[in-house]
Amino acid sequence: MSISPGTPGPAALELRGVTKSFGAVVALKSANLTVQMNSIHALVGENGAGKSTLVKVIAGLYQRDAGDFLLRGESVNFKSTAESKASGIAVIYQEPTLFPDLSVTENIFMGRQPTNRFGRIDRKAMRDETIDLFGRLAVRIDPDRPAEGLSIADQQIIEIAKAISLDARVLIMDEPTAALSGVEVDRLFAVARSLRDEGRALVFISHRFDEVFALCDTITVMRDGEYISTDNIDDTTVDEIVHRMVGRNVTELFPKAEAVIGEVVLDVSGLTSAGMFDDISFQVRSGEIVGLAGLVGAGRSEVARAVFGVDTYSRGTVKVGDTRVPRRDPIAAMNLGLALVPEDRRKQGLVVDSTVARNTTMAIQRTLTKAGMLTSGAENAAARIWASRLEVKTNALDTIAGTLSGGNQQKVVLAKWLATNPRVLIIDEPTRGIDVGTKAEVHRLLSELAGQGLAILMISSELPEVLGMADRVLVMREGRITAEIMRADATSESVMYAATHASEIHS
Amino acid sequence: MSTLTTKPTPNALLTGLGTFLRARETSILLALVLVIVVTTIKNPNFLFSSDGFRDLLLTPSILVLVAVGQAIVIITRSVDLSVGSTLGLTAYLTGRLFIDVPGIPIIVVVLAGIALGAVLGLVNGALVAFAKVPALVITLGTLYAYRGINVLWAGSDRVNASDMPKDFLHLGTTSYFSIPLLTIIALVVLVAAAWYMRNTRGGREFYAIGSEPAAAELYGLKVTKRILVAFVACGALTGLAGVLYAARYGTINSQAGSGLELDAVAAAVIGGVAIFGGSGTVWGAALGAVLLLTINRALPILGVPDFWQRAVVGALIIGAIVLDRLLALRQTRKLRETRNDSHE
Amino acid sequence: MSNTVAAAPTRVYRDYGQPYWRRALVTRESGIIALFVIVVLAAIVGVPYFDQPITMTYLLLDVAPILLIALPMTLIIITGEIDLSVASVVGLSSVLLGTLHQAGLPIPLAALVAIFAGAVGGAFNGFLVTVVGLPSLAVTIGTLALYRGLAVGLLGTTAVTDFDPFWTSLAKSKIGDTGVPSIMIPFVILLIVFAVVLHFTPFGRGVYAIGQSSEAASFSGVKVQRTKFILFVLAGAVAAVAGIYYTLRYGSARGDNATGLELQVIAAVLLGGVSIFGGRGALHGVIAGVLLIGVLGSALRLANVTSDVINIITGTLLVLSVVSTSFLVWLHKKQPRNRGIKDGSHAAKA
Repeated sequence: MSISPGTPGPAALELRGVTKSFGAVVALKSANLTVQMNSIHALVGENGAGKSTLVKVIAGLYQRDAGDFLLRGESVNFKSTAESKASGIAVIYQEPTLFPDLSVTENIFMGRQPTNRFGRIDRKAMRDETIDLFGRLAVRIDPDRPAEGLSIADQQIIEIAKAISLDARVLIMDEPTAALSGVEVDRLFAVARSLRDEGRALVFISHRFDEVFALCDTITVMRDGEYISTDNIDDTTVDEIVHRMVGRNVTELFPKAEAVIGEVVLDVSGLTSAGMFDDISFQVRSGEIVGLAGLVGAGRSEVARAVFGVDTYSRGTVKVGDTRVPRRDPIAAMNLGLALVPEDRRKQGLVVDSTVARNTTMAIQRTLTKAGMLTSGAENAAARIWASRLEVKTNALDTIAGTLSGGNQQKVVLAKWLATNPRVLIIDEPTRGIDVGTKAEVHRLLSELAGQGLAILMISSELPEVLGMADRVLVMREGRITAEIMRADATSESVMYAATHASEIHS
Repeated sequence: MSTLTTKPTPNALLTGLGTFLRARETSILLALVLVIVVTTIKNPNFLFSSDGFRDLLLTPSILVLVAVGQAIVIITRSVDLSVGSTLGLTAYLTGRLFIDVPGIPIIVVVLAGIALGAVLGLVNGALVAFAKVPALVITLGTLYAYRGINVLWAGSDRVNASDMPKDFLHLGTTSYFSIPLLTIIALVVLVAAAWYMRNTRGGREFYAIGSEPAAAELYGLKVTKRILVAFVACGALTGLAGVLYAARYGTINSQAGSGLELDAVAAAVIGGVAIFGGSGTVWGAALGAVLLLTINRALPILGVPDFWQRAVVGALIIGAIVLDRLLALRQTRKLRETRNDSHE
Repeated sequence: MSNTVAAAPTRVYRDYGQPYWRRALVTRESGIIALFVIVVLAAIVGVPYFDQPITMTYLLLDVAPILLIALPMTLIIITGEIDLSVASVVGLSSVLLGTLHQAGLPIPLAALVAIFAGAVGGAFNGFLVTVVGLPSLAVTIGTLALYRGLAVGLLGTTAVTDFDPFWTSLAKSKIGDTGVPSIMIPFVILLIVFAVVLHFTPFGRGVYAIGQSSEAASFSGVKVQRTKFILFVLAGAVAAVAGIYYTLRYGSARGDNATGLELQVIAAVLLGGVSIFGGRGALHGVIAGVLLIGVLGSALRLANVTSDVINIITGTLLVLSVVSTSFLVWLHKKQPRNRGIKDGSHAAKA
């Protein structure tokens, strides 16, 4: 049961018509958000809808290109995060940045510790206030323990405590429950409600509709950088919201061509890694695209990394064809025909400071050597072939990869792996942060590759992509596979449902 | 919801005692006591002769000052390799002032030495804080440059004990209540520095910057200013050490302080200051300095020729950092396990 | 399964974004080489006796150890690590050579033992860094003291000086009439090997990749830990070779030989354009850096400038070179076309 939002008077936070671009990439076309005091306001949208960018504008990290930004009725223009903090805005990120060596208490008060006349820090006052804060939040954390090793849930509580001690009137929580267990979520919600009742305004960004509908009183939908709608939670349903988030006829945009589905190429059985994923079993056949859907934090990337050998696992097997893939050995995995296009393009997929040619040929260097020697001539020749096959847009092969657009960077990563002539391609978030035109190219490419017999495991948080491309959809939630849905039965609703509902028993 | 927000501590005294016993500083202290006891058994003069006791306290005093300054810098995730050259310069300045300005009050010389050290530290700090170049490289360069200036200035001259006022040299060996003056000075500085590091915002911000520089920026801490202060403090303390060096040894040539940076870093590392910053105390660094030099003096008595000293220092450093790593891994594991207590 | 994706490649790419002359000339390495040439010319003109062949001979004899150790040190710094213990290995190898020789072992055999010991020392460094996971700065500060301590401990304050004149004169000998010392032959061979490995093998590509992004490198199958380990072993072995040369050249094995050499090596490597952050640098710049410092020292000594001034200049040069890199990066970021680069990474997550 939620309290009706809105103390009469100016809204706590109001953004109208806000736009923001980065070079050629338009992150926000026109964003609106009006949050009242005494309210928990949900902000939903797919990846790429612009939510994170909007939050960063509110936090003062970015400056908007155009549009109004009002705080309690007054126009503001923050040039730094310090300014927004001073005005009473606090952002709780999914992964807080704390000082691991310092105590919880010091983390909350760093930079503004209470002092006496001589400048001596009053530790007792600081500690008492921390205990008091934790009491108000009804949590139990030892104020003297170092911040290191705290669970994400506790780190978030500390960030919230910090925000309250700064008397933040607007708190934005960016996907706070992604890494939380059921009990921790309950605790967080209790905290959020008590903050709301104190007259603050909360913004809750999440994909998890059961949580959104349980906690929030108002919901705003964004899509493709634009404002779509705002409603009272009681006046709408999950289906309506999902429909507005997705908003287009899915099957037209990402056609997957018919392909002959052959024998099983990738066979994963009983894969387990404590705390990350449990008893994961699935198969991918040649010519097939298997989509792996789920919410952020479900454990999909962890499975991919374990299969490829970057991370380890404690139980289970991975086989390509009939051969067992050794654990924790990416080179062996590569030699057996596995390829992984990782989630974090800039940190894991590419060496951003290196050239297109070097990046493209990085995985096949050994095959390009003559008598152990590798010349840039050989590199360039191979790079040329693959870059042009994927139509990477760049002038020269020695362009630094970090200067390419997101879409072209992704093409380079793909080129690198396709050059190894793989049998199985695992691709994690194939089109995240990529413009629409290149998206279509990547999808066409994946479709063609499947047609040529490649087995593809595609991890994606974008429903239209999953629904359009996959022959079969596996859905993961909290480390387990909760559903396997064939193409014909896969709809936004059925996938979302499986992604947000586990068995009734919380772990 | 439960109103109990902290784990009930069964007995504050016992917990405090437990923390004390587990602290790195305590183990250093114990090691020190052990070394002294063993050596004194072999040769009672080590501790019990009047000279023995005095030297035990006197010898490390200068390194303690430098180690305290170095610890502050290392805690902010930097390092200062130029301290040896700084000490050489300030020691020589001390001699020169006494020679060239007859009748100069001792206090002026002391202040001049500290000031010179502070300026040299400021150069390091400015380059590290503004140019954002790793301190390792900058202080490597100033190690060379400062030493070169020292040699250029001194030429082949040497300051001899006879060149300096008697009462200044007297300071180097005099004692009050059997505690050498230099030791008292080092102790006073140590206590002041420890108090600052533990009880002021500035001191805590050193730890914050070393623990997680990204968070320090996010919190809005004045990182540049803090780094400057750390290097200036290190330089000033080394400057003071240079003056005391002149008082103690009387003879100063252009190579004074050569290699001191290694001993200072070793003292800090052995004393529990993590090389990547964020943890450790100046107490630990001071104790590390005392332990280091006491071992050096004890080795010959224990029958180990003193040219094995360096090897011992090296083994201690490696032992200390391996130990720290193992402890850190264990602590991470334990902290992860206790995290679940927070919501039940 | 054929891998043709498009019907036929439709794009044409240039190999290089800029013409050869621009690529080759507008680099840090060419800056240092140019500076080196200028200093040499200035010395020939301005300093008496500098242009005598014997100057070059002594110059090369003096800097040979630095030249040798700079080779593996360059690769180590490119991967983002550092090795401060190299000078101590020089000392240790020197002492081992001396004591074994005194015990009756022929020089070649003693040399082999010394090189092996150097490799073991490097392996210890490598083990602590790659297996135990300690920072190389801290580890090599410790082994700097440990290995030097072992060296001094073994010989104490004495020195071994009675080396067979055959070997000591070999160390100082020159190639025919050229005035170039014979030690340059093994050096040039090593230089070629290192240069080929760094620029023409997958291992060398891996070295750069590790320095630029060790995470992405490990995702692409580069053996990060193994590469670093090998480099530390190489550094130890090459330092031991330098130690053998040093001992025979001066005819004296002492525990404190080559104290402080590591600083000269690192200063020269950084001066030569290798970034302390890792990921960039090349050997020709490093050679120029070593020779530049050597020429400066030589010329200034001939001009009766004292070595302390030379140290001031070396120190200042080092500081200036890294500060100027920082400054250039700052300038590069301020340009409008480059403003978006950092922000683009945020856009990718929107």
